Amino acid sequence: MTTINVAMALTVGTLFAAGFYLLLQRSLMRVLLGVVVLGHGTNLLLQIAAGPPGAPPVLGTGNTDLITDPLPQALALTAVVITFALTTFLLALGYRSFVLVGHDEVQDDVEDRRIATQTMPSASLDEDHDHVERPGADSDDDAGDDETGGDETGGDETGGDEPGGDETGDVEAAAR
Amino acid sequence: MNNAAADPYAWLLALPVLLPLLGAAVTVIGSRSPTLQRVVGIVVLLAVSAIAGVLLVVSDGTGPIVAPLGGWAAPVGIALVADRLSSLLLLVSTLVTLAVLVYAIDQRIADYGRGTASTTFHPMYLMLSAGVSLAYLTGDLFTLFVAFEIMLTASYVLITRRTSAQKIRAGMTYVTVSLLSSLLFLTAIALVYAATGTVNLADLAGRVAQLPPGLATVLGLMLLLVFGIKAAMVPLHFWLPDSYPNAPGPVAALFAGLLTKVGFYAMVRTQTLLFPRDDPWTLLLVIATATMLVGALGALAQNDINRLLSFLLVSHIGFMLFGLAVFDAAAVSGAALYAAHHITVLATLFLVSGLITRRTGTVLLDRMGGLLRTAPWLAALYAIPALTLAGVPPTAGFVAKLALLQAGAAAGPWPTVVAGVVIVASLLTLYALARVWVRVFWGAPKAALPDDDPDDEVLVGTSRTPMPMFAATAGLVVVSLAIAAFAGPLTAVTGRAGVDLLDRDPYLVAVLGSGGDR
Repeated sequence: MTTINVAMALTVGTLFAAGFYLLLQRSLMRVLLGVVVLGHGTNLLLQIAAGPPGAPPVLGTGNTDLITDPLPQALALTAVVITFALTTFLLALGYRSFVLVGHDEVQDDVEDRRIATQTMPSASLDEDHDHVERPGADSDDDAGDDETGGDETGGDETGGDEPGGDETGDVEAAAR
Repeated sequence: MNNAAADPYAWLLALPVLLPLLGAAVTVIGSRSPTLQRVVGIVVLLAVSAIAGVLLVVSDGTGPIVAPLGGWAAPVGIALVADRLSSLLLLVSTLVTLAVLVYAIDQRIADYGRGTASTTFHPMYLMLSAGVSLAYLTGDLFTLFVAFEIMLTASYVLITRRTSAQKIRAGMTYVTVSLLSSLLFLTAIALVYAATGTVNLADLAGRVAQLPPGLATVLGLMLLLVFGIKAAMVPLHFWLPDSYPNAPGPVAALFAGLLTKVGFYAMVRTQTLLFPRDDPWTLLLVIATATMLVGALGALAQNDINRLLSFLLVSHIGFMLFGLAVFDAAAVSGAALYAAHHITVLATLFLVSGLITRRTGTVLLDRMGGLLRTAPWLAALYAIPALTLAGVPPTAGFVAKLALLQAGAAAGPWPTVVAGVVIVASLLTLYALARVWVRVFWGAPKAALPDDDPDDEVLVGTSRTPMPMFAATAGLVVVSLAIAAFAGPLTAVTGRAGVDLLDRDPYLVAVLGSGGDR
C-alpha cells in the first residue's frame, strides 16, 4: 500500500508556490530565484518518485526492500546539473541587461502596446489576448536612461523614450 | 537481459546526434579559423541529411530501427528509435538547418568579410542541431527532456548573443518561458515515474494502460501542457510573437522552422503512444480552433513583417493540432505531412523577410514599398512560399491541407466544423500575406532607411542582396516545391506513418522485442 509522506508533499507544494510567485515578478533577479526554488521543488519531487512503488530496475539478487530505486536519483542528478547551468546563464543575462539598460527588469513589448492602442477594428482582438498575459502592461520604462531603477510610470503612454522610439513614438502619436 | 537482435542499421542512429556534437567541439577548438568552422558545419549537416535519408528509406522498408545504447536492451537501457515519422522530420529539419547555415555564413561573409567569424555561433548552431536530432530519435521520456534542454540552451545563446539594449527583453521573455516549460516537463516526468516506474516510452505504453483512467488523463494533460508551451499552442503561445522577431534573421528562421515542430512531434509521439483514444479529442479540437483563429487574426494587426510571420506560425500550429485532435490514421498522417511542409515554408519566409529587411532597412511594412521594381527576384522568392503557406493549389501547403480536410470531414460532425475553420484560417493567412505583398512589393519605391540598431550584428539597409544568400533561400523554395512534386510518395510514407502511430504495435515490438513483457 502506498503511503504519502505529508511533510515532503507540503515541502514540494510550498517550493512550487514560492517558485511560481517569484517567476511572476518583473525583476530578472527574482525570476532567477524563482527558477532556483522551482528547480529544487522539481528535484525533490523526483526523489519522492523513487518511493517503494517504483519497481526498481535493479538486476541481480538481494533484498530489494532495502534498496531504494536509483533511477530517479540519476535523473535528479542530471536535472540538477541542467538547472545549475541555466541558473548561471540567467545570471549572466541579468548582468548583461544591467550593463545595457541599467536595470534587469523585463520590459514591455513596445510593438504590442502600439497595436493595443491602435483603433483598427482588428486590433481589439489582439489587445484582448495579449493583455491577459501581462497584467499591468500599461507602463513604459525608459530603457535608454541609466539612472532609472525601472520605476513603473503607471498608465502614462509616452513611448518616445524607447531607443529607436522615434519610430514607435511617431506611430503612437499618429494613432492617437 | 534480452539483447535485441542487432539491427544492421542501428549504428547509424547515434550519428545524427554524435556528429553535430563532435562538430561543435571542433568548431570550439578551431574558433580562430572561420573557414574551418564553416566547412565543419556544412559537412556535418550534409552527413546528417544523408543519414536521415537512409534512415527514412530503411525504416519505411523494414519498420522502426532501434539502437539500444550501451547494449542494454529497453526497457532497462535507453533506446534510440527511428520510425517513419521521426526520420521524415529529421530529414526535413536537417535540410532546413543546412540551408539556414549557408544563408547565415553568406550573410556574415557579405557583411564582415571572409576573415571573421563569431566564436559562439557555429558551436551553438551545431549543438542545437544535435538536440533536435536527439529529440526526434529518442525512445525515452527523460532523454527527450535532455534533448529539449540541449536544443533550448543552444537557442538561449543564439537568441541573446550580441544582443542590444532594444532586444534583450525579448531574450529574457523567451528564456524565462522556456525554463518554466522545462521545469514543468521535469515535474511531469517525476509524476509519470511515480505512477508507472519507467520512463521508456514503449514500456510506458503498456503501464499507462493499467493506471486508473483519471490518473492517466492527468498525466496526459501535463504532457500536453508542457509540449503545448514548446509548440506555441494558444493560449500558451504568447512568448513566440514576442521573441522570435527580435532574433537575428537566420536564427529566427531556424527557430521558426524547427523548435515548435519538435514540440509538436513530442506531443504526437507521447499522445499516440501513451494515451491512445478511439474518438476525436474534443479539448484539442477546441484548442486547435483557437490557435488557428488567434494566430491568423493576430497576424492581421501587425505592421512588423517578422511579427506577422510569427503570428502566422502560431496559426499554422493549429492546423497540425487539428490533425492530432481528430486522432485517426488519416488525420495524423496529414499532420505529419503538414509538419514537414511547415518546417520548410516558415524557415523560407523568415529568410525572405531577412532579405527584404536587408534592402529596406526596416521591418515596418508601412515604411516599405516598390520592391517589385527594385528587386523583382525577391518578389518571386516571396510569392512562392507565401502561396505555399496559404495553401493555394498546386503547392505543398495545398496537398497537406487537403489531407487534413479530407481526414477531418470523414471523422464526424465536430471535426467537419473545425475543418471549416481550417479553410477560414487559410483565407485569413492568404489575406495577411497579400497585405505584405501590397505593402512591400507594390507602390512607389522608397529609399532604404538607415540601420536603426547599429550595435547588433545584422546590417540592414544595404541595397544589394548577396547572391549566395539568395541561392540558399531559393534552395529552400526548391525543397518546398519538391514536397509538392513528390506529394504522392510522401503522402504514402506519412500515410503508413499515421497507421503505425495509431496501431502502436510496430513501435512497441521493435523496441521491446516480441518476447518483451507486454
